[in-house]
Amino acid sequence: MATTLTPILSQTWDAERSWTLEAYRAAGGYSALQTALGTDPNDLVTMVKESGLRGRGGAGFPTGMKWGFLPAPDGKPRYLVVNADESEPGTCKDIPLMMASPHSLIEGAIITSFAIGCHHAFIYLRGEVVHVYRRLLRAVEEAYAAGLLGSDVAGSGYELELTVHAGAGAYICGEETALLDSLEGRRGQPRLKPPFPALEGLYARPTVVNNVESIASVPSIVANGADWFKSMGTARSSGFGLFSLSGHVKRPGQYEAPLGITLRELLEMAGGIREGHELKFWTPGGSSTPLFTAEHLDVPLDYESVSAAGSMLGTRALQIFDDSVCVVRAVTRWMEFYKHESCGKCTPCREGTFWLTQVLQRIESGRGTHEDLDLLLDLSGNILGRAFCALGDGATSCVTSGLEHFRAEFEAHIDGGGCPFDPAAAVLHATDGETRTVEA
Amino acid sequence: MYDSETTARLEADAAEVVARYPEHPRSALLPLLHLVQSVDGYVSADGIAFCAKVLDLSTAEVSAVATFYTQYKRHPNGTYTVGVCTNTLCAVMGGDAIWSELTDHLGIGNDETTEDGSITLERVECNAACDYAPVVMVNWEFFDNQTPQSAVELVDALKAGEPVRPSRGADQVVTFRETSRVLAGFLDGHADEGPAAGEATLAGLRLARERGWSAPGADDADTAASKES
Repeated sequence: MATTLTPILSQTWDAERSWTLEAYRAAGGYSALQTALGTDPNDLVTMVKESGLRGRGGAGFPTGMKWGFLPAPDGKPRYLVVNADESEPGTCKDIPLMMASPHSLIEGAIITSFAIGCHHAFIYLRGEVVHVYRRLLRAVEEAYAAGLLGSDVAGSGYELELTVHAGAGAYICGEETALLDSLEGRRGQPRLKPPFPALEGLYARPTVVNNVESIASVPSIVANGADWFKSMGTARSSGFGLFSLSGHVKRPGQYEAPLGITLRELLEMAGGIREGHELKFWTPGGSSTPLFTAEHLDVPLDYESVSAAGSMLGTRALQIFDDSVCVVRAVTRWMEFYKHESCGKCTPCREGTFWLTQVLQRIESGRGTHEDLDLLLDLSGNILGRAFCALGDGATSCVTSGLEHFRAEFEAHIDGGGCPFDPAAAVLHATDGETRTVEA
Repeated sequence: MYDSETTARLEADAAEVVARYPEHPRSALLPLLHLVQSVDGYVSADGIAFCAKVLDLSTAEVSAVATFYTQYKRHPNGTYTVGVCTNTLCAVMGGDAIWSELTDHLGIGNDETTEDGSITLERVECNAACDYAPVVMVNWEFFDNQTPQSAVELVDALKAGEPVRPSRGADQVVTFRETSRVLAGFLDGHADEGPAAGEATLAGLRLARERGWSAPGADDADTAASKES
C-alpha cells in the first residue's frame, strides 16, 4: 500500500496569518491544553511513553522515557528546555514550523511543562533567524495576554513562565549539554554524561531537553491519544514526521508523512530528480548521517531500517544530489563546516577535523596521493567513538561513506590531478541569471 | 566609555533582560551581548565592560563568551551583514557562484566591510532553509532562491539605501543594530509582517490537499497501518 502524506503539524500553515493566536485557536489550537490540564501529569507522561514518540531532533530517543527519567519532585525547580537551534546541514523543518505556527510549539511546551512539573521553560532558538525570533516572542506575548502563560494557566492554577532565548551562532549549541552551558551564559561546550540532564541539567537541576518538532507533536497526541499516534509509522518508529527534501529535486520542501515512507515514494511526490539527471547520492538525516545512493531508494525511512542499511534516520533531512555533483567537493565542504564548528574542547575532534580538512582539500585540488585515502580513514577512526560528543562522530560519516560508495571518484582526483566535474553543471539557476521559481 | 544617556538606557534595558533569568543572572549574557552590539554596531571593549559590570564577571570571562559565537562581531560591522550560505548543498546549488560574484562585485572578502560601511560580507553555514537553496541572509532575514544576478541587485539596493524586502520576513530588512536589539529580546513591531510560509514549506501540504490525503482521524486508531519494522 502506497504511503500517503499526513498533514498534522503542517495542517495550519496555509491559513491566513497562521502564526497568530487567533488563527491557531480557529484551527482548534489550545483545546489539547485544556484536556492536559484536567489530566494527572503522570498519566500524560505515560501517554507520551505509550505513543512511542521518539525525539525528532536526530537522536530518536523515546520522549516519554526521557520525561520518566526525572527524579521524584523535591520542591526545587525542574526545567523544560526546547532545542530550537536547528543547524544540522540539510535540516530545515523546525524553522518554518516556528515561522508558521509558533503556537503549536508553545502549546506543546505548556503541556510538557505541566506533565513534568516545570514552572519555567525555555526555548533556545539559534540567533541567525531574526524573524522566527520575532514570531516566537510575539506568540509568547499573545499567550501571556490570553492567560495561557503566567501565574494561572488557562484558569487551572498552574504557573508557568516561558522564556525565548536567542543563541548567537554555534552549531555545537544544538548538542543538548552544550546548549545548556550556552543557556547558562557560557561558551557552548558539551558536558560529560552521566550525569544526564534529567538528573542534572540546567542550573544543575533536573531538566528535559527536547527538539521543537517533538514538543510540537505533543498536543496532537494528547488530543487524539497514543493509539492514534501508533496507527502511523512502524512498530518501533511510530507516528509522523516532517521529511525535508532539498537539492536536485523538482519540488523541494516539507512533506509530513508517517515514519517508514521511502525516498522513492517521496521523490514521486516531489516531482522526481531534475530533468535530464539521475539520483547519485543523498543523506537520510543531514550531513552527519552516512550517505546513501540510488541503491537505497526503497529503504523505509524509520530508525531501525535506516540503521540496518548502514546510516541513521537523524532529522529526515533528505539532501538530494544528482549526477552532476562531485562527491569529493561535497565531503570536503562538509568537513570545512565541522572544522569551523568544532568547539575545540576535545583533541580528537579539534585536531581531527582540522587534519581531515587539509587532506580532503589537497585531494580535491589534485595534490593528493593514494596514501591520503588510507589517512582519511585512519583519521576518521581516531575521531569516531573517541570524541567528547557526537559532532566529532558525525563529521566522519561523510568521509567513510563517501569512500565506501565513491572511492573511484576520490582516486580520479588523485590520478587526474584535479576535479573532473564542472561546478556549473550542478548549479540550479538558469545560466541567463533568472531566479528559479519552484513549481507550484 | 558610554555617555551618561547611553549608560542609563543600557542599564534599563539590561535590567529587563536580567529579570528574565531570576534563577541565574549569568544566563542574560548572550542577550546582553546582542544588546551592546545594538548600541555600538559591534561588541566593543565598552560593551564587554558593561556586560561584565552588570553580571559581576571579569572582562576576560565575558570576552571568552563573546569570541565563541559567530554572530558577535569584534570590529565595527556594516549596516547590513550579507551572509552567503556556502555549506555543501547551497554551495553546489549556486552558493559558490554567488559568493564569487559578490566578492568580485563588492571588492571585499569574508568578514570584510565595504568602504562606505554599508555591507559586511560573510560566508555562513547552514541556515535551515535548504529547500530554498541557494540562500542569502541579510541581517538574519531570508533571501531565498538566489542567483548571482539577484544577489548583485540585492547588495546594490542595500548600498543605495533602498528598502529591501526579505523572502520570508519583515516588510523590510532593518539595520544590523536594530536586528541585534531584537535578538536581545526586544520586539520591534514587525512580527506580523511577511508570509506564514514560502512555497517550499507548503509543498507537501499542497500535494496532500490536491490528492485528498489527511492524517487518520482519532477513531482510526485500530487501522492496521503499521509496516513490518
